Amino acid sequence: MSSDKITSQLETAKNPEDLERIVINPLTRVEGHGKVTLLQDENLNIKQARLHISEFRGFEKFIQGRPYWELPVLVQRLCGICPVSHHLAAAKATDMIVGATELTPTAEKIRRLMHFGQTLQSHALHFFHLCSPDLLFGFDDDVRHRNIIGVIEDSPEIAKQGVLLRKYGQEVIRITSGKRVHGTGAIPGGVNKNLSKKEIDYLKSDIEQIISWSQDAVTLIKRIFSEHYDYHMSFATIDSNMMSLIGNDGAFDIYHGGLRAKDEKGKIIFDHVDYTQYGDYIKEGVKNWSYMKFPFITSLGQDDGWYRVGPLARVNNCDFFTTPMAEKERKEFIETGKGLPVQSTLAFHWARLIEVLHCAEAIKELLNDSDITGKELLNKGELQSTGIGVIEAPRGTLFHHYEINDDGIVEKANLIVSTTNNNQAMNESIRQVASQYLDGNKLSEALLNQVEVAVRAYDPCLSCATHAMGKMPLQINLVNENDELIDRLEKRVTGEINRTV
Amino acid sequence: MKSTEPFNKVAPALIFTYGNPSRGDDGLGPAMHELLEKNKQDSDDLDKVDLLTDYQLQIEHAIDLDHRECVLFIDASVSADAPYEFHQIQAERDNSYTTHAMSPVAVLDVYQQINQRKPPTSYMLTIRGYEFGLGQSLTEQAKTNLQQGYEFIKQLLVTDIEQWPEIRVSDDKDKK
Repeated sequence: MSSDKITSQLETAKNPEDLERIVINPLTRVEGHGKVTLLQDENLNIKQARLHISEFRGFEKFIQGRPYWELPVLVQRLCGICPVSHHLAAAKATDMIVGATELTPTAEKIRRLMHFGQTLQSHALHFFHLCSPDLLFGFDDDVRHRNIIGVIEDSPEIAKQGVLLRKYGQEVIRITSGKRVHGTGAIPGGVNKNLSKKEIDYLKSDIEQIISWSQDAVTLIKRIFSEHYDYHMSFATIDSNMMSLIGNDGAFDIYHGGLRAKDEKGKIIFDHVDYTQYGDYIKEGVKNWSYMKFPFITSLGQDDGWYRVGPLARVNNCDFFTTPMAEKERKEFIETGKGLPVQSTLAFHWARLIEVLHCAEAIKELLNDSDITGKELLNKGELQSTGIGVIEAPRGTLFHHYEINDDGIVEKANLIVSTTNNNQAMNESIRQVASQYLDGNKLSEALLNQVEVAVRAYDPCLSCATHAMGKMPLQINLVNENDELIDRLEKRVTGEINRTV
Repeated sequence: MKSTEPFNKVAPALIFTYGNPSRGDDGLGPAMHELLEKNKQDSDDLDKVDLLTDYQLQIEHAIDLDHRECVLFIDASVSADAPYEFHQIQAERDNSYTTHAMSPVAVLDVYQQINQRKPPTSYMLTIRGYEFGLGQSLTEQAKTNLQQGYEFIKQLLVTDIEQWPEIRVSDDKDKK
């Protein structure tokens, strides 16, 4: 990979003891804690760039010892950002455990509806709240302006649409799962409720507006891209493999399908792989400087086998969308790659909004499908000891793998979350930005923000939902060449900063 | 948009709790929600209040504030004086946009911006928590604080909203 050759030399510096360590922590507008460490020499050259992310390993321990039937509800508490993704991945894994090789049409369509609602609201938040400030106002804009308030002040209608799109997706989740939070909609082998006519009419009442706003959002991102086309196509761009679920017919599918991986030229690495065999195709590598794992495609090895997941991978990988407006937008998107996959990191935003449009169209289709009012909600078969569920969460491919004992208790759990799948890719993008934009310059807030913009494009979920008021959510560490902490700044949710060493 | 309007008529007062029940004392908010729900049927005062809960606050929660006269947010805190702190809050642009979770004052600000009018009168009850590990349950001290917080809410509910600003959390020794 060409960019890999350029950037990977920055992963480990030869003489770190002579370098000044600059830590950008936290990454604003990404979930939880993230920390970027840049080592800069006396000539202000970037010698080392690494993204440190808190690992999710406590999650597996949290799950072990619990009965399998609790999993779809229990795992929602792993993350306050994408509880529905965990809910559905666990539900699919428990389908396998209870021997439900197929769901009833009603169960599958209600789960799909829930997932479209979840993806719509997650993407709406990310674009309108977290990322549009960067894109609308530029990276050099005053940091205090580049937030939702800035968007509201300058483009009140866009901001309001973002809030209402998000709310609509939440309503789809509430109605399909039964509750605003801790929903129990998906259960092993199916779902526990269908939709009533009143609920369907309620959601239908605004779906045309939602589709229209979604189309407007795609138009907006295309305008943003076209205004600074070269810049948007080159910023933090890396050549990578890409992986996603794919429908049996090659259609875009975020709920179910086989695994497809393409290389940086768009050539198939593997296709329609049964995801329960994921262990034969993907390995989780480790690095001594990070607690988070680095998954890679086994056949390519750790150096060349890392890949990207999420909207960019999904839109590049699929052969078509099943809904007309999204398909039209996909074709236009793909044309920009000129026969190759679109590798621009900022194109994540564009792909994300095409997905929003697809979700809106697909929600409309499902609301008009009488199956969602059906009475057959559950299928079951012979109990199995292994359950593996994979879905395309908003941020990318999410794996849930459980082993249970004869009493139905989880003995082993393995989760590969979307952000872990993108771990190496985010590091590569940071190195790309660091070498392209920070090298030889004095650090400024605007320049540092470009590193954050690169990471934000992936919409990483770096932690989970602990957020108590007053808890120190942000931390800045200064460590020496021996990784000894010599200074630390903590930033409270109010913005107050305290030195605690 | 019709789908942003609730199925049922909203109550003029809203108690909005938030937190993750599987994160130790971060679950104080949801635990208070449970306590209030449990006692709602037996309390005429609670019956006039809507109760909502979520993992964390986000922009769409500004819509939940529509048609309210008064909102009480309840969350855990690692820095509040035990057992709890109570104060009025105003719309404010703070730094909480830096993660996916927002502060109550930022939600009020979003409400103000998108509606071009002042948000409902709002208050914050922060209950002191101590441990926030994944899979932990509430600590004993947090449970005590929760109960005292609940008693305080009962006192609020029998007090005219206009007099809430006058209410001060007493620093009498009994409370602690």
